[in-house]
Amino acid sequence: MRLNAQNLAVRRSGRRIFSDLSFALGPGEALMVTGRNGAGKSTLLAVLAGRLKPETGTLTVSEAGEATISECLHVVGHRDGLKSPLTAEENLAFARDLLGAPTASPRAALEELGLGHALRLPVAYLSAGQRRRVALARLLVCRRPLWLLDEPTAALDTASQGLLAGMMARHRAEGGLVIAATHQALGLEDARELRIEAAKPRPDDIGARAPAEEVWW
Amino acid sequence: MVTRALRALVARDLALAARVGGSGALSLVFFLMIVALVPFALGPDLNLLSRIGPAILWLAAVLSTLIGLDRLFQADEEDGSLDLMTGSPVPLEGVVLAKVLAHWLTTGLPLALASPLFGLLVALDDRAMGATALTLLVGTPALTFVGAVGAALTASIRRGGLILAVVVLPLMIPTLIFGVSASEAALGGTVPFTTPLAILCALSLIAGVIGTLAAAAALRWSE
Repeated sequence: MRLNAQNLAVRRSGRRIFSDLSFALGPGEALMVTGRNGAGKSTLLAVLAGRLKPETGTLTVSEAGEATISECLHVVGHRDGLKSPLTAEENLAFARDLLGAPTASPRAALEELGLGHALRLPVAYLSAGQRRRVALARLLVCRRPLWLLDEPTAALDTASQGLLAGMMARHRAEGGLVIAATHQALGLEDARELRIEAAKPRPDDIGARAPAEEVWW
Repeated sequence: MVTRALRALVARDLALAARVGGSGALSLVFFLMIVALVPFALGPDLNLLSRIGPAILWLAAVLSTLIGLDRLFQADEEDGSLDLMTGSPVPLEGVVLAKVLAHWLTTGLPLALASPLFGLLVALDDRAMGATALTLLVGTPALTFVGAVGAALTASIRRGGLILAVVVLPLMIPTLIFGVSASEAALGGTVPFTTPLAILCALSLIAGVIGTLAAAAALRWSE
């Protein structure tokens, strides 16, 4: 599939987060979204996932058949979408049935991420890094061409970061797209970088009249 | 594919209700509590109790439907499951329908099935017990659907449980009126039992349509 974003601008609660953001992504390409804290990386991913409507600009998908953009993507973010009382296997089986297009069994996906032993453990018993790996295993249980990853390496150890890099490389080799918001190198080869600069406050923005420098006395 | 996703949604919510921290049996226990408290408050006047028994059972059912309703969408909103659901091929209306069905199966249906037993506490005779159980069976879906709209509206509000009750309880009044009047019609009176019962069925069907659409719209709007 191809993804084309033109002049995206987003406003949340009256505040302009960013504006004039354009990029295009073709099969096998990756995009690293960078920027300081609060620049709007997660907001951009939320727009791409269809959870937020951009104020202006267009987002188009082509070569994806009849699927809408939200049916073409996987999201792994800070909110991992896992239910603590359910086991890792149940969580993944649910995601597979819900999203459709199954490719791997929950067991195979977890074993690939080195969590085969946690198959029947409730997710509540897992550590933050293990939970993140269960969420990443969702990328493997059903095939979707676009991966939206928000700080995917947060809480991951070095070995798991390597596994993730391998997963992303394989996904791209199969023609998939990866968009990752990150502060670190993810092992994405020849990924393009999209740096979000904070939008300049305009006079009509809330908070625009705040003093530029904080004064202490 | 859509059926499979819907089945997965219902099965997951049923499993969650049964696990630790789920609201599975809680609403039934709450129902029992309210019904058991009334005879203590009113005293041992069996005639009075059996006259107001159907009303007590219905009031208790309305209140215990609220148990767990505030977490219906909020829990999924907080942990990101709702984002997962918006990415599925099932439209959001289907997601709402599946979740409401699972909620009704764990609250409304057990209430209706247990109500003859609880009718003993308020000295109902067997005819009144049967009638009340039947009205609860066809009336509790309306309560759940109406409640789902409030749950969707308060999904992103922290501690939205009280707001939910304030928003939703007035909307449950028509169901309460016709539920109680159908139960009382079964005990004799000028109105045949089937008239209020038919209106109760209609209320459930209307709530099913409007509640599903409104809850899905509220979830979209809150994002």
